[in-house]
Amino acid sequence: MGADGDATGPGQPDPASAAGPEIPATAGAAVPGSPGPERPGAADAATPDPSAPAGPGPPGSSSMPGPPGSSGPPGVPGSRAPAPPLLSLVHAAKAFGAVRAVVDASIDLYGGEAHALVGENGAGKSTVVKMLAGVHQPDEGELLIEGRPTVLTGPAAAQTAGIAVIYQEPTLFPDLTVAENIFMGRQPLVAARRIDRRAMRAQAAALFERLGVQLDPGRIARGLSIADQQIVEIAKALSLEARVIVMDEPTAALSAAEVARLFDVVRTLRAAGAAVLFISHRLEEVFEICQRVTVMRDGRTVLARELAGLTADDLVRAMVGRDMPQRATGERSQPGDEVLRVERLAREGVFIDISLHVRTGEIVALAGLVGSGRSEVARAIFGIDRYDAGKVTVSGTELRRGSPAAAMAAGIGYVPEDRRQQGLVMDMSIQQNVALASLARLRQGGLIRSAAERAFATDWAQRLRLRYARLTDPVSTLSGGNQQKVVLAKWLGRHPALLIVDEPTRGIDIATKADVHELLVRLAREGIAILMISSELPEVLHIGDRILVMREGRLTAEYSHEEASEEKIMSAATGQLEHSK
Amino acid sequence: MSATVDTRQETAGGPPRSSSRRLTERVFRVRESGIIVVWIVFVAITVGLEPRFASQQEAQFILANTTIFALLALGETMVIVSRNVDLSIGSVVGLSAYVSASLFGQIHGIPIVVVFLVGLGIGLAVGVANGLMVAIGRVPSLVVTLATLYIVRGLDILIVGGNEVVAQTLPNAFIEIPRAGVYGVPYLAIAIAVVIGIGAYYLRSYRSGRDLYAIGSNPEAARLAGIAVGRRVFTAFAVSGAIAGVAGVLWAAQYQTVDSNAGTGYELTVIASVVVGGVAIFGGSGSAVGAAIGALLLQTINSALYVLGISPFWDQAIAGALLLAAITLDRIISLRLTAALRRRSAGVGT
Repeated sequence: MGADGDATGPGQPDPASAAGPEIPATAGAAVPGSPGPERPGAADAATPDPSAPAGPGPPGSSSMPGPPGSSGPPGVPGSRAPAPPLLSLVHAAKAFGAVRAVVDASIDLYGGEAHALVGENGAGKSTVVKMLAGVHQPDEGELLIEGRPTVLTGPAAAQTAGIAVIYQEPTLFPDLTVAENIFMGRQPLVAARRIDRRAMRAQAAALFERLGVQLDPGRIARGLSIADQQIVEIAKALSLEARVIVMDEPTAALSAAEVARLFDVVRTLRAAGAAVLFISHRLEEVFEICQRVTVMRDGRTVLARELAGLTADDLVRAMVGRDMPQRATGERSQPGDEVLRVERLAREGVFIDISLHVRTGEIVALAGLVGSGRSEVARAIFGIDRYDAGKVTVSGTELRRGSPAAAMAAGIGYVPEDRRQQGLVMDMSIQQNVALASLARLRQGGLIRSAAERAFATDWAQRLRLRYARLTDPVSTLSGGNQQKVVLAKWLGRHPALLIVDEPTRGIDIATKADVHELLVRLAREGIAILMISSELPEVLHIGDRILVMREGRLTAEYSHEEASEEKIMSAATGQLEHSK
Repeated sequence: MSATVDTRQETAGGPPRSSSRRLTERVFRVRESGIIVVWIVFVAITVGLEPRFASQQEAQFILANTTIFALLALGETMVIVSRNVDLSIGSVVGLSAYVSASLFGQIHGIPIVVVFLVGLGIGLAVGVANGLMVAIGRVPSLVVTLATLYIVRGLDILIVGGNEVVAQTLPNAFIEIPRAGVYGVPYLAIAIAVVIGIGAYYLRSYRSGRDLYAIGSNPEAARLAGIAVGRRVFTAFAVSGAIAGVAGVLWAAQYQTVDSNAGTGYELTVIASVVVGGVAIFGGSGSAVGAAIGALLLQTINSALYVLGISPFWDQAIAGALLLAAITLDRIISLRLTAALRRRSAGVGT
């Protein structure tokens, strides 16, 4: 990557280097201060009115390299001389096996800014966070800290380099005191390298005072509310004197008051010259607290600029904007009788007031962000989890709660999200896995007949166009897509009336993905009702006959196949519709 | 159907936090003082039933039995606190006891210090092997140390054959080690109490000691916090093994007659002592002092049943019942504590 060189030069993050000339068309990564127009071919992506940096700052920022003065923090007024970013990730790539989680990600973080990182689920944000945290090392590209190329060998190295990460799920030690949680591994010492508990508590108390919160440093962390746990994590970041603080969806579990408190903290950090990388799906928060934004899509940075002048719609468009695969499945069958009816289903703290129905021959897609409660609804319908209120009816009879056996008897098949853990017995053969849910039919005198099992499996393998060497090979030898077909075959062998599929194409290569899509559509035409959970919007739009959107445990929108669009779904999933409802 | 109803508590500030702190501290103190109370009550009841129990002889007997278990409990505490377990210590005690005791017969006039070093070396070797397999091989410690339990015991039986070391071959100075004392308290018991005190202080007040608690409390978070998880766990196993090796030499001095059964089943007694002593079986909390008191309690019960003329068969049943009680109590306390702390941090009761 020849272009990287000039990015390391102080104050020279010029557009060319970060835009990555080798990246074709839509993947152009714009650099701070170089919004839209330079990005060739990115026709539809967020390039609203790039020449209108509506904001108090000097409008010249759009042509200025370096930290944009327009949204510069009050704390660093003299930043005319372009300082190098505190941290830059330059053309980073990371693959896990065959899955390329991050293809080409670039981020520049400047001191004194709150920088939003947004993107759809699976866009690669979490992988970027883990690269900054030292948990993963980029396969390609590099990390610059204050302009110097740096390799973070582990979490400890990241801490030393001044990077603190606050994960979505707080990572506290429940048995240890709050003070100890903050200073673990860095406890203040007295003579003979003993830990100075009193000093530790005093320092923790001082941190809490700085944050303006009341928290007892001497209590153990067990039982702290999520918000307080996050405060402890933030105090830890402060105590590290971190220059870069990464917050991965810190507001997901917070109430309005707690969010306000968090934002005060973010402002304090900015004023002290730190850079805050703020990851959130709530775009209104992004606009409230951040000055610049980096948008990721399909593992690439697709937009990086000041927020001023952008709208939420622009961001959503940048997040989803991609070539829409055309519907290749011909016309749809008319939906028939209602198979599944869910009425006012609720589970405390997880989802509430979920009502939906699925008819024969239709694919109902359940869209929404990860954590919005979609999988939990599916699990409740299938009886894996209990629900507190509401009822589930299958073909006219009410289903007993909390009994997968009853759900199966009623004709529901369930293809779980995590096929390796929940869908397959990895060490067992392909044919055994296929036959697993149909053993009752393959039984003779209490014994499973191997010949019957083989015939059964051969039949389904052909129907689903499974690619395999021998049916007796362990299912773990198959590719992800073919494993998914085995799970589908397992349930189809029972001739289910309703099939629930959770993320049916996660981690599957594109060719097999199309196979699975075609298969689902064909099944629907053959009269099976399908409820599909998917985080991939193209998939949802592609094969969903009706699209339901969940947000924070509620159904927030329903679209027909014709009226749905990525923008509408993302808006409903991120809560942008809230005001109009 | 407004989508913006927020059912959560909006008041996060809440009542004075100092009360929750007092509560926490009280419960923590209870964890150790609770066992002491149980011990006192138990001794009082036994003395009431059988006054002979309150003799110096009896006390010395209990103390002598407790010392080795309390020492072993120190090593086991380090391991259990890190959410692991060391099942191999009983076998290590047996092998170390036989090898070290037979050295006196084989090499005339061998210095006692050398014998202790040999015992320590045997234990350290097993501990290092355990530690490597757990820390680097990522094999669950339950499996690893179950395997070394059998391997080391097998080795012991192979070496011992049908032999046994008898008291006559051991030098007097060696046999005197657990017996010499002041005012009836063996120097050894004092020395071990000091060692346990140092161990407990290390676990409490040194970064590497606290790392063990952090690892046991949340291994994933420990990794993310940059703690050298593998190295710490390895060290815990190495120390536990070395302690077991030394305990084996002491075992030989204490009981003098060593055959291939020495130390059989000790690992379970030690784990029971540790858990009764308030160390959480899944790691993260507890102290070496508590574990030592747990060992004292179990050995006291042992002796009391004997003095009361209750069949020794009851001994194990009671030890088991006590273990259950301790775990149940531990669970109740931690649930109560969690609930109490949650109530307090949530402000007015939710």
